[in-house]
Amino acid sequence: MSEHEYTPKSKVGKWFNDRLPLLTLANHLTDYPTPKNLNYWWTFGGILTFCLITQIVTGLVLAMHYIAHADMAFQSVEHIMRDVNYGWLIRYIHANGASMFFLAVYIHIFRSLFYGSYKSPREVIWIIGIIIYLLMMAAAFLGYVLPWGQMSFWGATVITNLFSAIPLVGEGIVTWLWGGYSVDNPTLTRFFTLHYLIPFLILGLVVLHIWALHVPGNNNPIGIDIKKPSKDTVPFHPYIVIKDGFALLMFMIVFAFFVFYTPNILGHADNYIEANPLVTPAHIVPEWYLLPFYAILRSVPDKLLGVIAMLSAILILAALPWLDTSKIRSAVFRPLYKQFYWILVADVLILGYVGAMPAEGLYLLVARIATAYYFLHFLVVLPVLGFKERTTPVPLSITEPILGGSPNLAAVKKRDSFKDQ
Amino acid sequence: MSEKKTNRRDFLFTATYAVGAVGAGAVIWPMIDQMNPDASVKALASTEVDVSTVNPGKTITVLWRGKPVFIRRRTPEEIAEAKSVKIEDLKHPEKDEDRAKNPEWLVMLGVCTHLGCVPLDQKGDYNGWFCPCHGSHYDTSGRIRKGPAPTNMEIPEYKFVDTNTIKIG
Amino acid sequence: MINFFRISFLLVIFLGFQFSSNADEKIEYLKTDWSFKGMFGKFDRAALQRGYQVYQEVCSSCHSMKYLSYRNLAEEGGPEFSVEQAKAIAASFEVKDGPNADGEMFMRPGRLSDKFVMPYENEKAAQAANGGAYPPDMSVLVKARGGGVDYIYSLLQGYEDPPAGITLDDGVYYNKYMYGNKIKMSNQLSDGLVEYSDGTNASVEQMSKDVTTFLMWTAEPHLETRHKMGFKAIIYLTILTVLVYFSMKRIWSRIETKV
Repeated sequence: MSEHEYTPKSKVGKWFNDRLPLLTLANHLTDYPTPKNLNYWWTFGGILTFCLITQIVTGLVLAMHYIAHADMAFQSVEHIMRDVNYGWLIRYIHANGASMFFLAVYIHIFRSLFYGSYKSPREVIWIIGIIIYLLMMAAAFLGYVLPWGQMSFWGATVITNLFSAIPLVGEGIVTWLWGGYSVDNPTLTRFFTLHYLIPFLILGLVVLHIWALHVPGNNNPIGIDIKKPSKDTVPFHPYIVIKDGFALLMFMIVFAFFVFYTPNILGHADNYIEANPLVTPAHIVPEWYLLPFYAILRSVPDKLLGVIAMLSAILILAALPWLDTSKIRSAVFRPLYKQFYWILVADVLILGYVGAMPAEGLYLLVARIATAYYFLHFLVVLPVLGFKERTTPVPLSITEPILGGSPNLAAVKKRDSFKDQ
Repeated sequence: MSEKKTNRRDFLFTATYAVGAVGAGAVIWPMIDQMNPDASVKALASTEVDVSTVNPGKTITVLWRGKPVFIRRRTPEEIAEAKSVKIEDLKHPEKDEDRAKNPEWLVMLGVCTHLGCVPLDQKGDYNGWFCPCHGSHYDTSGRIRKGPAPTNMEIPEYKFVDTNTIKIG
Repeated sequence: MINFFRISFLLVIFLGFQFSSNADEKIEYLKTDWSFKGMFGKFDRAALQRGYQVYQEVCSSCHSMKYLSYRNLAEEGGPEFSVEQAKAIAASFEVKDGPNADGEMFMRPGRLSDKFVMPYENEKAAQAANGGAYPPDMSVLVKARGGGVDYIYSLLQGYEDPPAGITLDDGVYYNKYMYGNKIKMSNQLSDGLVEYSDGTNASVEQMSKDVTTFLMWTAEPHLETRHKMGFKAIIYLTILTVLVYFSMKRIWSRIETKV
């Protein structure tokens, strides 16, 4: 894995390492050459690892007390909140942790969009990331069902009914998902099982994600290929470890604020009402992190097409490395793309906002325009920009713009001569 | 100059590590403590038993903290037998008076001290209890006399609320 | 560092966004000072005890409180009745237990470990006795309503004569804070309805505030512990962040790059 062969110093270490090269792996991870100009947006990978581990640990603990039964689920959650030692703390960490996880993953994704981290040779990292994101949404949805409140029940009903849009077999699939004729106990128990499983799938994919990252190495804010190790890189430990740690602590302060002072603000009040198959809440709203996709779903008047649009909105991301035709990675050197990028950010925020509003009148109109623009961005703007955009000069190495007093124009390549390796 | 710098750096890093370790410990504790008995379990830690219907020579078994408790109303012969045993002969020396405050009533955790099975009443070589799992014999005071069990059967905390009611725990 | 401000800025936008999207309809609720709000918020013990009295004497004939046990009344962070008081409260209720040795259910005085006695056998019975409307369980009621404590507090004082043009069916009442303004619970509170043992004047406003405080506690029994622990956690994290920040500066000073 490493450029240089690593040999453990101690005899025991060498004996073990010859049989299972764990120490070589550890050495690779600590010495891993990282671009030294990574900014704080790059710390969210570490933060996401922390989120995943937090969710798995607190989830395991909650599963020790939770009862996956339609008659007892709500009650067992209240038992956790009231009687289990620190149960309230663990549940609030888990519930808010899901939101924090998504907050971090959105920043992580948008960082990648800004700096072109999805482009060659990092397409596989990006696609694994999209799969992780899909699994996260599945896990979050399944987990939201478990407390068996009103939003759990009706959210489960609405989302599973999406499958009924599939022609011919749709109804059969929905019945199969439910294990009955409505969302009920069989649905709850299987959702619990899957909710337990998915985080471990994510964990496996995260290993692949990092492995795939370590082949070409990190992208960086100026998006150029760098020699490694070189004066443009620093070893991962201690430089990046301490920087990630610092950012993680800042993140944890925000996290703690939610857990300790507004633990229910991100949830919906209706989920503290026990599930009732006879009464639907006035507004069915998914958790905030799913709102943009919910808006896309509702903006299409046809049931099947709505579902297709929603799925396409996610899957189109997987095609992004080929839709973006620009050879330049970082938006820093792409003045036009930079503007479109911020329009996309605004577009997604608008979609999130209208997703929380009733689908009628002006909200619906805005949702439709924003949905159309979302697809326009990926299908038209990105491919065309690659050919039309005049990019600004890209430096040859990281050290240059930092060390150089005056920009050494002779050493700076123009866009035409920039070669992607 | 350079020495001073090193010291300061060491102190900074040591402090960071130390503070970090304290936090890690503080986070681990709730994850461990959540497995301890919760508030609702602790609230059920005592139970009251009506013993007015128990005749001499009979045992009732009640559930307390998920374990069986034997409440035996002993006959005068059994009491005499229990009291006559020489303390030196016992594997786990305890006087009968210490085990049964009111000699007529023996209240004891019905769990063999060997590996936790429930012994059978009125069985074994000493007219007391006999554990079927690995053959421990207990006398009429619930003391271990023969077999692999290391100690006498445990006496829970209990008291007579009135003449007919025993509160265990 | 500028990037960090950007991150924080984005977070603030995100939070504001979330707050605004969560508020369903803008109804101005009645405002009062809640002692349990804020980073150091604590319950007012006397208010909790009075609130329990209001719940017990007024609400509990229809509304259950199924996730609470009598022992909770004596627990730290709650009304903090003494254990003897809580035992006496528990013993004043008849609890169904059994089956006994004869296989029959029997009634006995309540114990600390018992759950609050339910006013009705089951949900259907509750509906039948209340004109088809199920009086919701009050254990987590405050958390189950969008407006939280302000909503409950306002609702209790929000009964009015219906405006012209609105006709109400029998057993339906007009309340300006209720969603849709129609409520099946009649106005329950009137000045002097309960007699507070601590001599507090039992005005409708006072009773509303007390019982709402009580309901906040029943919904969030560990609120005080949470606030205290949160303060410690954030102080701790801040200290560690500062230490890590300086460690980071020092480590990165080995190479000529700003962090």
